[in-house]
Amino acid sequence: MWLDRLWQGVIDTFLMVGVSSLIALMLGIPLAVILVTSGKGGIFEAPTINKVLGAFVNIFRSVPFLILMVALIPFTRLIVGTTYGVWAAVVPLTIAATPFFARIAEVSLREVDHGLIEAAQAMGCRRWHIVWHVLLPEALPGIVGGFTITIVTMINSSAMAGAIGAGGLGDIAYRYGYQRFDTQVMLTVIVLLVVLVAAIQLGGDRLALRLNKR
Amino acid sequence: MSASAQRVLAPGGDAPHAAVQAELHPQKQHAHVRFINLGKVYEGPQGQVPALQGIDLDIQRGEVFGIIGRSGAGKSSLIRTINRLEKPSTGRVLIDQVDIGDFNEDTLVALRRRIGMIFQHFNLMSAKTVWQNVELPLKVAGVPKEQRQRKVAELLELVGLEGKHKAYPAQLSGGQKQRVGIARALVHDPGILLCDEATSALDPETTQSILGLLREINQRLGLTIILITHEMAVIREICDRVVVLEKGEVVEQGPVWQVFGNPQHEVSKTLLAPLQHALPEDVQARLQSHPSEYHASVVLDLQFTGSEPDLSALFSVFGGRVSLLHGGVERIQGRALGHLLLAISHSPLSVEELLIRARKHAQQAEVVGYVA
Repeated sequence: MWLDRLWQGVIDTFLMVGVSSLIALMLGIPLAVILVTSGKGGIFEAPTINKVLGAFVNIFRSVPFLILMVALIPFTRLIVGTTYGVWAAVVPLTIAATPFFARIAEVSLREVDHGLIEAAQAMGCRRWHIVWHVLLPEALPGIVGGFTITIVTMINSSAMAGAIGAGGLGDIAYRYGYQRFDTQVMLTVIVLLVVLVAAIQLGGDRLALRLNKR
Repeated sequence: MSASAQRVLAPGGDAPHAAVQAELHPQKQHAHVRFINLGKVYEGPQGQVPALQGIDLDIQRGEVFGIIGRSGAGKSSLIRTINRLEKPSTGRVLIDQVDIGDFNEDTLVALRRRIGMIFQHFNLMSAKTVWQNVELPLKVAGVPKEQRQRKVAELLELVGLEGKHKAYPAQLSGGQKQRVGIARALVHDPGILLCDEATSALDPETTQSILGLLREINQRLGLTIILITHEMAVIREICDRVVVLEKGEVVEQGPVWQVFGNPQHEVSKTLLAPLQHALPEDVQARLQSHPSEYHASVVLDLQFTGSEPDLSALFSVFGGRVSLLHGGVERIQGRALGHLLLAISHSPLSVEELLIRARKHAQQAEVVGYVA
């Protein structure tokens, strides 16, 4: 009986983290690119856009996830029609993860040697060529590393979401472990989470290493 | 050609220096690259910092043109105005008689494909293989794949990297990286190659091989090469003409043999110093500014430009004991540049007379000092 629930919890956690991290990936990379290229001396220099976006990212990043989640309840209801379950958790998770990931990706993009951008300009690259052929490929190992950190952080946050009704492993650990003092379930969930995080970290590190030709 | 371009291209200059002008500026009207009163000012935290001012230069098609100066002299800024990686604050840059000042992104991209550039730190894409690095300029220009493959293979052969197609830059030596850089710069068949301290990060042996390759490219492809460096040896090795830049201004220019044989400006002399034959250390230590005893030897520094010194004639005019302290002859652009340091003793002649006689044989002669 509880094993079925546990299985359901694993699937829910995967769903929540998977969907929201995919969205964070798709939104975060363009956001990071805009943050880097619109900055001072960037290839698409636009100080106003840079400041506004930077401020937005900072606001969302400085609010603790638990509070962000509660604050976003009306917005979540607007988007998915409910504030319970996996899909309701995806909204705050995505909104928390996107700026988080964007900042990490931004650091990797910023670390791309300016000489490479200069070389690209000298060879006749247009600005979007530079983004596509230089900035992104050169920063890719760092971006993969950052994405791994983002997923791990989101597993953490999803457990918090579980505690207020989103389902997933966090929900199970909370209900069985905290409310019923069922140590066995609690330990199983902990082991599962540790294995999950370790596997993701290992996979991410391997991929980043393989992509790094430096 | 626009009217304004025609106006600035009208021949000018002062008549008395016409001959000098002809040597310094052959075919001014057909200059491949021309700077007209170029200036660059940076906005620093403490206000405006001038980087370049009043630069007027003509670079001919097919020549190897060197720009030398100490760090901070403005060399990088100057070379970067040619492909507009740097926008000049005042003045103009003409390439093939066309003012590039008001080029937009499209025309700039087209211009940059006609100008290759190589860098001190190579600036290769670390995530791309040698092949992909050289292919990139063609790829972004939308060249069809077949054509790209032909061109990349051809260039990697030219720079001697046939076996390294699949290697990543991190697996290559410095010299090999610069060869990839050269292949990448030449992939669009440019008319101009800009070299930004291209050999400064390389060891002497590799520097020689890269300079040899650049020379070969210059001769085989008729490419105009413009290079900046802080090493006189690089200029001596491959340049036809050189300008010396100091604090953003041209302080000396001319054919390399001339600037080497007879440097006028202090900066040129300083830059040349490492290449000059100096007094041996023990002699230097004993050197005095005035003769301390009757038989002290006078040390003369003689410079020869254009032909090898006639030693027997030279020694016989001094009428004493002449010993060679240091000396040598090197050839630059087919001209001999000689330098001798002689110690003369037991001569009945006065020092003034020695100098007068020495100047009949050497283009320059001066007293360095006296040794007991």
